[in-house]
Amino acid sequence: MGQIQISNVYKIFGPRPHNAIELVRGGMSKDDLLNETGHTIGVQDVTLTVEPGQCTVVMGLSGSGKSTLIRHINRLIDPTAGEIIVEGQDILALKGRELEDFRRRMMSMVFQRFGLFPHKTVIDNVAYGLDIKGGSRAEKRANRETARHWIGQVGLTGYEDQYPSQLSGGMQQRVGLARALATDADILLMDEAFSALDPLIRREMQDQLIELQDTLHKTIVFITHDLDEALRLGDTIAIMKDGAIEQIGTGEEILQRPQTEYVRRFVEDVNRGRVLTAGTVKLECSIVRQDTTPDEALRQLGEGGLRVTYVVDAEGRLVGAVTAASLRQGQRDDIPTVDSLAEAAPTATEDMVLEEVLPMTVGEDIPVAVLNENRELKGILPKDAIIRALAEEAQLTAEADR
Amino acid sequence: MDASSIFSLVLCAAIVGWIAWAAARRHEALAEGYRAHAVGAGAALVVLVPGLAGLWKFLTGLEFDTSIIPLDVWVDGAVDWLLLKVGDPLDQLNRWVVHKIGFFERFLHQSIAWPLLTLLFTGVAWHASRNFVVTVGVACAFLLIWSMALWKPTMQTLSLMSVSILVTVVFGLPLGILMSQSDRARSIMLPILDMMQTMPSFVYLIPVVMLLGLGNFAGVIATMIYAAPPLIRLTDLGIRLVDKEVMEAATSFGASRWQKLFNIQIPLALPNIMAGLNQSIMMALAMVVIASMIGVRGLGQEVLFGLQRQEPGTGFIAGLSIVLLAIVLDRITQSYGRRMETHRTVSH
Ligand SMILES: Nc1ncnc2c1ncn2[C@@H]1O[C@H](COP(=O)(O)OP(=O)(O)OP(=O)(O)O)[C@@H](O)[C@H]1O
Ligand SMILES: [Mg+2]
Repeated sequence: MGQIQISNVYKIFGPRPHNAIELVRGGMSKDDLLNETGHTIGVQDVTLTVEPGQCTVVMGLSGSGKSTLIRHINRLIDPTAGEIIVEGQDILALKGRELEDFRRRMMSMVFQRFGLFPHKTVIDNVAYGLDIKGGSRAEKRANRETARHWIGQVGLTGYEDQYPSQLSGGMQQRVGLARALATDADILLMDEAFSALDPLIRREMQDQLIELQDTLHKTIVFITHDLDEALRLGDTIAIMKDGAIEQIGTGEEILQRPQTEYVRRFVEDVNRGRVLTAGTVKLECSIVRQDTTPDEALRQLGEGGLRVTYVVDAEGRLVGAVTAASLRQGQRDDIPTVDSLAEAAPTATEDMVLEEVLPMTVGEDIPVAVLNENRELKGILPKDAIIRALAEEAQLTAEADR
Repeated sequence: MDASSIFSLVLCAAIVGWIAWAAARRHEALAEGYRAHAVGAGAALVVLVPGLAGLWKFLTGLEFDTSIIPLDVWVDGAVDWLLLKVGDPLDQLNRWVVHKIGFFERFLHQSIAWPLLTLLFTGVAWHASRNFVVTVGVACAFLLIWSMALWKPTMQTLSLMSVSILVTVVFGLPLGILMSQSDRARSIMLPILDMMQTMPSFVYLIPVVMLLGLGNFAGVIATMIYAAPPLIRLTDLGIRLVDKEVMEAATSFGASRWQKLFNIQIPLALPNIMAGLNQSIMMALAMVVIASMIGVRGLGQEVLFGLQRQEPGTGFIAGLSIVLLAIVLDRITQSYGRRMETHRTVSH
């Protein structure tokens, strides 16, 4: 539920957008167009699929057209050219009542400066999207109950009868969020919803959104100019520049394989340790079954010139690690199979970020074993591989190595 | 034909051509290639050719007191025509309004009315301002008026004012709302409002008196013409000033135009509308003396008497009463306006 398909959308601001669009299609840049014709490119040739139940983040610097793009989805802005399909419906064909009806049913929006109604109380603000649908007095009463529920969900119980001017910024944006969630629409549009908040509150709101999303599974389009926020929240991230999308991908794809110089510069400063996961950086390793003899294991190690091998059971689950030294000791002691020689290895799961894995390597000779959720061994993370992944320059060589 | 008239004609043609070209350029279909230039050149020629031919004959036969555009004759004609067409129904309306005002007045003249009314205004002042000084001031103003034996003319003025303001609100509010909703309506209304505000009031008193006769009804209409612009302007402004993101929020939840207007725009514009009402009331009071010249009784008439009989004292106390009335109404409406400002804005 809630798929959005945006295809080749252009938005040109100015008196004669249809003339200007030909110039843009011909490759004229945003600055040239502005200087020569006085038209501004809002969005150019954007094609974007928003998957249902996912959080798609659109990121870019100020003026890159993020707000313009998101306002196309509920038609606060009409495109100059292009197509927008929401759940199989061509929304550009909607008129008057149909459009109002579509907005009431399908989506709700959270605004950067909150956009609360200053003359309404918190509860009336939150119930607004419901009240607007009309209905009997009983329904209006039910709306209050729904509103009360969502006010509770965002942690504002007790503030129902306050006015927005009596709340702090963070609380106001909670009201904005509750108002958007209360309508029960599948699609949630968030235009820099947390940008006006200070870092601590912002982080709190992000956590809250992630937590809510775990149960609600809304289709979210989230706008931000903050890469850290994008990486925390986004299942998919689109990076915009001058109204065009430069790259679309998961956070890790964008960090690992920036496709343009602009994207590369954009991701330069990010804290990679918080984003890269053990799963993406892991290396392959030598594995022996637990019923292998020490002789056989040593031979395998010798071929690869390695120091450590990992012991797994019949299902591929990790038993432990053995070093070449202990294998030789086992040979001497006539130990039949390697499992009794295995010692505990530090382990990490695939979705752990490097920042969490790095401390495990301190004072540890054996590289960290990377497991999936069934404790099956998927690879290893030697200390130097982690450090290489964290240092961006080395990234390309690591890429080539694999 | 001399050089200067040819020069001015060419200039004229150039200006017309340029305007036509600029207008055509804004039009998407005409903007391509040289189409806009062709439109401009065509428009210039239309002026130039017959102009050159006609100008010579016309200019040579001209005297200084011939009016080229006989606007005055047209206006006379229009008023005569109006008189013929709508004279009767207007007369009906006139009688109805006069009757209403008369009823109002007669009530206010009852001896019971003055303490009641003083009490009422004092109460309203307290309700509006919650301010002791303002409240006592209002009571004192009424007592002072009464003790100067000007109660009756003051009440006549007050009833005319009330009806005028009522009419102003009935017409002004919808007009202001209309202006705020459509840029075209706004561009039509703005020059009309400018005219209403700058045209000397004697100018429109003439047709108003011709159409409506002397008396209260003419007074109400003249007062309304003079007093309505601030209310209309501030209603428009107040609605347009409503925060863009707040309006976007309402739109994004699927609010219809009417829902936005009545649930969001008008409530949020109320402080400005109230300021407009306040201004309109002040303007209406400024019309009192002029209105007395077309037969409206009340404080204005007292001022007029003072002038005619050369009694400065009579003029002064009547003028003082007008000022007191103005202060009372101003303080009350302003206080209501200020009260409305709470919870109308949010700071982050
Ligand atoms: N109504 C408008 N009229 C003319 N130009 C506009 C309009 N709205 C936006 N623009 C232009 O379109 C471009 C994109 O603006 P937009 O507001 O979408 O940027 P943004 O990415 O949201 O920036 P920010 O992070 O500052 O909010 C800018 O160059 C802006 O000047
Ligand atoms: Mg923006």
